Amino acid sequence: MSYKFHQFQVVGRGLPTESDEHPKIYRMKLWATNEVRAKSKFWYFLRKLKKVKKSNGQMLAINEIFEKNPTTIKNYGIWLRYQSRTGYHNMYKEYRDTTLNGGIEQMYTEMASRHRVRHHCIQVIKTATIPAKLCKRESTKQFHNSKIKFPLVFKKVRPPTRKLKTTYKASRPNLFV
Amino acid sequence: MPFKRYVEIGRIALVNYGKDYGKLVVIVDVIDQNRALVDSPDMVRGQMNFKRLTLTDIKIDIKRVPNKKTLIAAMEAADVKNKWENSSWGRKLIVQKKRASLNDFDRFKIMLAKIKKAGVVRQELAKLKKETA
Repeated sequence: MSYKFHQFQVVGRGLPTESDEHPKIYRMKLWATNEVRAKSKFWYFLRKLKKVKKSNGQMLAINEIFEKNPTTIKNYGIWLRYQSRTGYHNMYKEYRDTTLNGGIEQMYTEMASRHRVRHHCIQVIKTATIPAKLCKRESTKQFHNSKIKFPLVFKKVRPPTRKLKTTYKASRPNLFV
Repeated sequence: MPFKRYVEIGRIALVNYGKDYGKLVVIVDVIDQNRALVDSPDMVRGQMNFKRLTLTDIKIDIKRVPNKKTLIAAMEAADVKNKWENSSWGRKLIVQKKRASLNDFDRFKIMLAKIKKAGVVRQELAKLKKETA
């Protein structure tokens, strides 16, 4: 499963000066498509919090964070701040996925489709793995059922490879299961 | 016409698209409306879209997300492999695979066998025609 958004841990600080020999080191966890963008995002956020810029700062470490248990399903709660056409808003969204990167990707695509918010207008404030009892959204809570059972109602038959795809077919397909 | 095959924990499904095409997998948990967590004795547990799965009639008795050992034991207990290979769907797939893997000599042998079989059938038909005529 290749994800578009990767999670990075970025560590940086301002450059040491005569007045401040050991400036404070700051660490951020953020999502970006690649390392270069992650570093850029790091300086963007750090500029907003501290009086330091990329030109008078140094990057100490950047590591990609991988999912510890990609074979278990988790409920992710994502707090985000986004810019709409009329102003900034905070939002809390829940997603069920196996990895945090997958949940974040779902979030970006959902924000784009539901609210027409492009990915550069979204800031992820916080993410957390939510235990099933504390989930707030009905659409995630409906899958918290150990005896879940539902039929697949609409079964579109696909050719098993893209090569076997044809524009015209001899007969109408049978869509029942 | 109610539904007979449900997506549920323990349902065996056939993968009909992608890298694991043709494999039998067990639905081990449901992620959301479109995806399931599937597992099989010879693959790492992973997620799959329902669009890639075709449900079968076979269902095994497992709890939500069993570990690999429990899964393999449950599959042995339910005798999934034999049930699948003796079902008409499973047999058809085996025949398809065999036909696709024939070499020219095998096809020659099949041609001879078909001619022989047709000859025997025609002899019996001629006998029956003579009796009624």
